[in-house]
Amino acid sequence: METTAEKKYTYKDFESDQEVRWCPGCDDYVILRSMQKALPEMGVNKEDVVFISGIGCSSRFPYYMDTFGMHGIHGRAPAIATGVKLAKNDLSVWVITGDGDSMAIGGNHFIHVLRRNIDLNIVLFNNEIYGLTKGQFSPTSLVGQKTKSSPYGNTQPPFSPGELALGAHARFFARIGGNTPKEMTEIFVQSEKFSGTSLIEVLQNCPIFNDGAFSEFTDRKVREDRQLFVKHGEPMIFGKERDKGLVLNGLKLEVVTIGENGVTEEDILVHDAGEADPTLHQMLVRSTYPLVTGIIRKFEDVTFEERENKQREEVKLNSKFKKTKDLFFAGDVYEVT
Amino acid sequence: MDVVEKNRAAEKLEAVVIRFAGDSGDGMQLTGTQFSDTSAMFGNDIATFPNYPAEIRAPQGSLYGVSGYQVHIGSVEISTPGDEVDLLVAMNPAGLKTNLHAVKPGHTIIVDTDAFTKKNLEKAQYDSNPLEDGILANYRVIEVEMTSLTKAALKDIEGLDNKSITRTKNMFALGMVYWMYNRSTDHTIKFFQNKFKNRPEIIEANTKVLNTGFYFAETLELIPNAYTVSPAKMNPGTYRIIMGNRATAWGFLAAAEKSGLELFLGSYPITPASDILHELSKHGHFGVKTFQAEDEIAGISSAIGAAFAGDLAITTTSGPGLALKGEALGLATMIELPLVVVNVQRGGPSTGLPTKTEQSDLLQALYGRNGESPVIVIAASTPANCFNYAYEAAKLTLEHMTPVVLLTDGYIANGSAPWKILSVDDMPEIKNNIYESNGDTWHPYDRNEDTLARRWPVPGTPGMEHRVGGLEKDRVTGNVSYVPENHEYMTKVRAEKIKRVQNYIPDLKTEFAETGDLLVVGWGGTYGSLHSAVKYMHEEGYSNVGYAHFNYINPLPKNTEDVLKRYKKIVVCELNNGQFAKVLKINFNDFEFTQFNKIQGLPFGNGELMEKFKQLIK
Repeated sequence: METTAEKKYTYKDFESDQEVRWCPGCDDYVILRSMQKALPEMGVNKEDVVFISGIGCSSRFPYYMDTFGMHGIHGRAPAIATGVKLAKNDLSVWVITGDGDSMAIGGNHFIHVLRRNIDLNIVLFNNEIYGLTKGQFSPTSLVGQKTKSSPYGNTQPPFSPGELALGAHARFFARIGGNTPKEMTEIFVQSEKFSGTSLIEVLQNCPIFNDGAFSEFTDRKVREDRQLFVKHGEPMIFGKERDKGLVLNGLKLEVVTIGENGVTEEDILVHDAGEADPTLHQMLVRSTYPLVTGIIRKFEDVTFEERENKQREEVKLNSKFKKTKDLFFAGDVYEVT
Repeated sequence: MDVVEKNRAAEKLEAVVIRFAGDSGDGMQLTGTQFSDTSAMFGNDIATFPNYPAEIRAPQGSLYGVSGYQVHIGSVEISTPGDEVDLLVAMNPAGLKTNLHAVKPGHTIIVDTDAFTKKNLEKAQYDSNPLEDGILANYRVIEVEMTSLTKAALKDIEGLDNKSITRTKNMFALGMVYWMYNRSTDHTIKFFQNKFKNRPEIIEANTKVLNTGFYFAETLELIPNAYTVSPAKMNPGTYRIIMGNRATAWGFLAAAEKSGLELFLGSYPITPASDILHELSKHGHFGVKTFQAEDEIAGISSAIGAAFAGDLAITTTSGPGLALKGEALGLATMIELPLVVVNVQRGGPSTGLPTKTEQSDLLQALYGRNGESPVIVIAASTPANCFNYAYEAAKLTLEHMTPVVLLTDGYIANGSAPWKILSVDDMPEIKNNIYESNGDTWHPYDRNEDTLARRWPVPGTPGMEHRVGGLEKDRVTGNVSYVPENHEYMTKVRAEKIKRVQNYIPDLKTEFAETGDLLVVGWGGTYGSLHSAVKYMHEEGYSNVGYAHFNYINPLPKNTEDVLKRYKKIVVCELNNGQFAKVLKINFNDFEFTQFNKIQGLPFGNGELMEKFKQLIK
């Protein structure tokens, strides 16, 4: 959505009067604050912002935002948000969901909202565990992961949200660590500016039931060596020394070192988030070394509501029915005297 | 065919007139004869009227080359082939053109769309394609690519030329009609076996196509127009024939225009409710937004979203779909938003009898949610008054800020009847609770003192930002509250809000006798049969029988008890196992309610009703 706010805001304008009740140390606090900081940067009016959530820890989010909000039912936030957006196209509508909410009970709505490409922003808090129900494995939990409902280790292979999303024709997919608020804020702003469904997967640490789930990628010490933060138009270089990069070797991505075996910066793949063909984006999503963060895919396409509106306008223009009366009395009517 | 099956169909069909029309080479006489023979063997009285051109092969596609076969079948004595046609099968444009005048408005026409080519349209002297130009708007047109489907069905059969293949398409049509009227294909298959003894490939082809047509109708869940109301004295005015589902859709169109809101339908296709989705999808010119969702839950959830954003939001479904919508309907109850759920009832449980009528979702509508979750429940009773009750459902939900379940059923939804056309000007005002504070302090759960409805602040309105959700709400601020007393208070407020709707709905009326020995009670789609049965009782001199029909179920009309008191006996007649009788027993436990129930997927017959009534007043 592209709008210009008439008012200037700070993050404080988006804090509600409700006490935040997440566990101490939870990444959810980081996401909340990043969102409150991002909103003043988006150029939207406060009264046009709507947060819709499902059920789970993440889904308490709307209560903490001083905007319009609805804490919905488990898994259905994308469907509720679709109704909001179709009713009023000029709203900035956000879906707040978790890995249980969107990958399990709401899986169907998740794929269909992406397929349609309605202009919503979906923030998926992925902590690879059920938090609110106190520690069962989720559809993103790893095989072998010991949880309350898998005491001997999880036997169900996980979904990768990004992979699933691209398979469902997501036009915008970003991934970000839960401990990098600055980048997260920027991604929120970018997702709002994107016209179409945006999906942002936040790797969100749950300090109670799945502490350290992402630390091998997100810890400050290893972050730069293990994560590649991609930017459109820039070479895919990572590492503390900025000496590692990605090249394509046949049908696979390969990590190379710049300066070794004759590799120069010129050889490194340049990130094209806008490429229509999602093949390379899918490879980036699947990569674990490096784990790829940032805006991986951002492909501009016609939105669902644009198609709907165009059609409706054409029908309006060509129709002989202006009022319901015209319809009711048209065609085969007869008089009884 | 077993005896049960035989009775079922015979009872349903008091009388039906079917006409097959096509090119003289299309085999219409054979088709008609097969249908009438099968029906006669089935135990129906029949009268037939073959009408074919003098030429054995008149020029193909021409108007005078049309061959027709009309059959009137019935469970009562049939003395004529019938004047008006309930079902026309038109195999080409000429067949349609020469027979359309005989079809009752609102009734069904099956056409082979493959035959509607430019050439055939010219031969039938059509300037434009009747399937597209709207002249069939008042009929239920079933368009079938009959020729292509026939060819596809026979693609693997060897030894047949193209012409022989195409010639079997009449059996496709016959198969469809057999399914629609519960007829067996056995007789016709035996006929093939005798007639084409030495041509096994012809036997195979005809049998295959007959069965394909039969299964095709089953897949489409084609329902015959079974609803007929004998013309009563009608008030002067402008009329049209309307089907229940269309009337429902139009009621919502009228309510949207009157209330100044945009109409949003979130829905998922389901028999027999899909026609409401189809109808509303056509009306983008009124700003209607229809969203065919990925499932029933998304259908209602999107409607809740649209309601939150300020649209007149509805969702349409049938029994199993209502079960899926239960949790979301609870959310709408909790967050107190306007929402109409239309349930076009069909036989249940589970998938049940999708094309048959039943009234067995009443208790589901009333109670099918977790927690104390009351909603307004109303029911339409004729195809035409689906318009009024759809309008009423919209009015109640907008004015009382709580969901409404509107019950119709397969019988009235697919039935058609004359409708004295109402325009928006004739309809009562609709006030909505959309709210914009002019700087005053306000809270999301402030309530109207009379209705207890909360306000409806919508996104896009500065200063109205607020949160709602499925967690229990503080009685004023709407913030999450776990306070024990608050939960009890809010539970009672939600119930009281529904109760107070009593002050805004009409009293229960009685017909035929104000007091008496017997009160016949019905609700919803059984009005036609119950009303005529009580009328016939009076014609026979039973002046002590009264009739009360409920359109408002929750809350019940205020004067219900006063009405019940005036009769010695009460019989509650329903197409279920006694659900409304249970509701009455809970509410009025001083009365004794006799039940008369029918659970066969069929409407009541006058005979069985009158027999029961007579027995009760003996």
